[in-house]
Amino acid sequence: MPLLEIRNLVVEFDTAAGPFRALDGVDYTVDAGEVLAIVGESGSGKSVAMLAVMGLLPDTATITADRMAFEGRDLATLSPKDRRQVIGKDISMIFQEPIASLNPCFTVGFQIGEVLKTHTRLSGSERAARVIELLKAVGIPEPERRLSSFPHQMSGGQCQRVMIAMAIACSPKLLIADEPTTALDVTIQKQILDLLLKLQAESGMGLIMITHDMGVVAETADRVVVQYQGRQMEEADVLSLFESPKHPYTKALLSALPENATGDRLPTVGDFRALFETAPKEATA
Amino acid sequence: MTEASATQTPATETAVAAKLASESRNATKAMLTEFWYYFSQNRGAVIGLAFFLALVVVAVFAPLVAPHAPDTQYRDSFLTPPVWEAGGKAAFLLGTDAVGRDILSRLIYGARYSLFIGVIVVTIALSGGIVLGVIAGYFRGAVDTFIMRVMDIILAFPSLLLALVLVAILGPGLTNAMIAIALVLQPHFVRLTRAAVLSERNRDYVVAARLAGAGNMRLMFKTILPNCLSPLIVQATLSFSSAILDAAALGFLGMGAQPPTPEWGTMLAEAREFILRAWWVVTFPGLAILITVLAINLVGDGLRDALDPKLKRS
Amino acid sequence: MSGDAILKVRDLKRDYVIKGGIFTKPRILSAVKGVSFDVERGTTLAVVGESGCGKSTLARILTMIDPATAGTVEIDGQPIDIAKYGVSREMRQKVQIVFQNPYGSLNPRQKIGAVLEEPLLLNTDMPAAERRDAALAMLQKVGLKPEHYGRYPHMFSGGQRQRIAIARSIMLKPKLLVLDEPVSALDLSVQAQILNLLADLQEEFNLTYVFISHDLSVVRYIADKVMVMYFGEAVEYGTRDEVFDNPRHSYTKTLFAATPRADVNSIKARLAKRAA
Repeated sequence: MPLLEIRNLVVEFDTAAGPFRALDGVDYTVDAGEVLAIVGESGSGKSVAMLAVMGLLPDTATITADRMAFEGRDLATLSPKDRRQVIGKDISMIFQEPIASLNPCFTVGFQIGEVLKTHTRLSGSERAARVIELLKAVGIPEPERRLSSFPHQMSGGQCQRVMIAMAIACSPKLLIADEPTTALDVTIQKQILDLLLKLQAESGMGLIMITHDMGVVAETADRVVVQYQGRQMEEADVLSLFESPKHPYTKALLSALPENATGDRLPTVGDFRALFETAPKEATA
Repeated sequence: MTEASATQTPATETAVAAKLASESRNATKAMLTEFWYYFSQNRGAVIGLAFFLALVVVAVFAPLVAPHAPDTQYRDSFLTPPVWEAGGKAAFLLGTDAVGRDILSRLIYGARYSLFIGVIVVTIALSGGIVLGVIAGYFRGAVDTFIMRVMDIILAFPSLLLALVLVAILGPGLTNAMIAIALVLQPHFVRLTRAAVLSERNRDYVVAARLAGAGNMRLMFKTILPNCLSPLIVQATLSFSSAILDAAALGFLGMGAQPPTPEWGTMLAEAREFILRAWWVVTFPGLAILITVLAINLVGDGLRDALDPKLKRS
Repeated sequence: MSGDAILKVRDLKRDYVIKGGIFTKPRILSAVKGVSFDVERGTTLAVVGESGCGKSTLARILTMIDPATAGTVEIDGQPIDIAKYGVSREMRQKVQIVFQNPYGSLNPRQKIGAVLEEPLLLNTDMPAAERRDAALAMLQKVGLKPEHYGRYPHMFSGGQRQRIAIARSIMLKPKLLVLDEPVSALDLSVQAQILNLLADLQEEFNLTYVFISHDLSVVRYIADKVMVMYFGEAVEYGTRDEVFDNPRHSYTKTLFAATPRADVNSIKARLAKRAA
């Protein structure tokens, strides 16, 4: 049984210009211990799907799916209370802007403690010990001293580490990372990616990496889903995706990478558009 | 660079210009359509706007709409109750006041004064506030400190009291009341403009305009100011209603419009002694003020929703 | 490389004074600590570094937005010192900048036509019709359509906005263009288009670029010379091949090692390591 299984997910938003279909029938499957990368450019709906799973979409969104199950339990039919139990405890998420994702009014220690208070029955002193343990696990030096730091006293990379500590506080079975390193410098990005992969390997949780960066995909993923304008273009394991991309869009993306440049000018996705706009999902087979 | 235009005949030249102009109009239209979509999402705002527009029409065509002249005294009907009360007359729908003037007609003419007060006061306060606020926010430093401390001093007074003092110095009358109210409302505009300018002045597009060679005046009023207008429009609407309210209050205290002007606050003041005997002489002017202010505030709310940049995608 | 340097920078320094409180002394923060380099006409110098390394400060000095604290900058043979002499019309026509964020660099209340015509309006005596023609020709040149002339910035995608920003920056036919992370905020496919556009424009107008970036793969693709900055200092400066093939400073090496690689061999290596 897969950890997370989503079939034919459709998300529509009401906008000034009428309904807008952000996701059009996408499928995802994540197994325990697997790293799935969802890669796409802006407007591909790569974040929308996971926000829909987490129930974080605004009221203007209409979500329909044939199946949306976590460990075999249908998320749509869960009571709000059970759903809250699953989300936040068994599934957790980290976001792109680490500094904005932390509440500037509270200390880091307090914010991690809050998560534990909501989802576990640990006593006060046990919680304090666990917070220090978590900060140590995410590689924050001198965790005892950092407990009483406010988010603005830390760098972006450290804030992202704190976010990760919060996300893994309840030992989730699935961690969703939405562009976790986009706002960070390259050297920090490397550290954060290494940390995420280390934690994932240690705990055996499922990890979904949402990203636009093919480099990040290549460095982290086991399996990759390529999306374009709300539709799934290709799903493949990471090696075959880079070695022999099947869908024209994937080919276009890979050839647009400057490091793969051969000639004087880069090939652009526009050169391939005619190919993949007429050839939708079949290529994923 | 101009080789494209050099080969063009004058006829295609004008065609191009016409096409560009129509494209440009379409873009403006699209902006307005989007604005109206967000505004119309707020039902209260639409109702408020409808009421306000109706009030404007009534005020403009007051001589045609009003059944009587506002200052004609009907000696045979002092304090006639409204038509649905015992003793009411069909000629005076909302009754008459103590000297036999038709209340409905006076209210209709009074709408002219209220709208006039709102427009004048907001215009003075807004233009003064924008100039001072832009200067303070753009130049910072000592100029900023000076302007803002003066504004703080004005804000430190209870607003009606300050207006009263000003009117006492300038002498009672509608014009002086309007000046006083405008002065009292001004600091809000200055603060708002300054805050908006502060957040915009370091944006990349301002730097780009400076690099393109724009001078201070152009940067202040042509580049930055248009991007600061949204909160100002909202504040202007809300100030419109407080101007009406303050003018009514000054009128009620005998410091604003003088009798027999059919200004709503003045009408209330004149009717003070009849509150117990003839409820209609105070109720209707009071309701007129209340509903108008409410309608304008609703419009202001809707504008805030429609103009809030957080709702926009860009 | 004819040795025809259009931009000569010698020992450039920029300090910021951080105001102290009542009890603390003001501190001095050096954002750029003595940087020297040359850029030849028609070539691209890439400035690489992470946040806080002073590369944006450098961009602001080169484009005459901020003055330098010490050192000299010479553009096209003319020394610039805006602290003393200000910026002349003539100098302004020599250097322009393209910002990172295409959403912040265009005035939301200004139609595209006005955006493009503003530099001409303020710096030349061109009549309105000619300005319009110049703007239309430029729109075409950067791959946009004439009907975009009357639209507002929010009606465009990020890539299109960056095209507009580039068009604006070359309206005055500058010699030197400072590109401050021009493709960092863009999608991969759009990034490729913008890089191509920049290459086209460089060829056509013999433009000189100072290309500021943190993305090594982009730098490797576009640069002739590379300067790596670290905490306000240029730790590495040389031709692209020198820097990429034989990095000398340890920071450059760390930077290269940290850059994610999207090639099959490194994926294979990673998967093998993971399986082990």
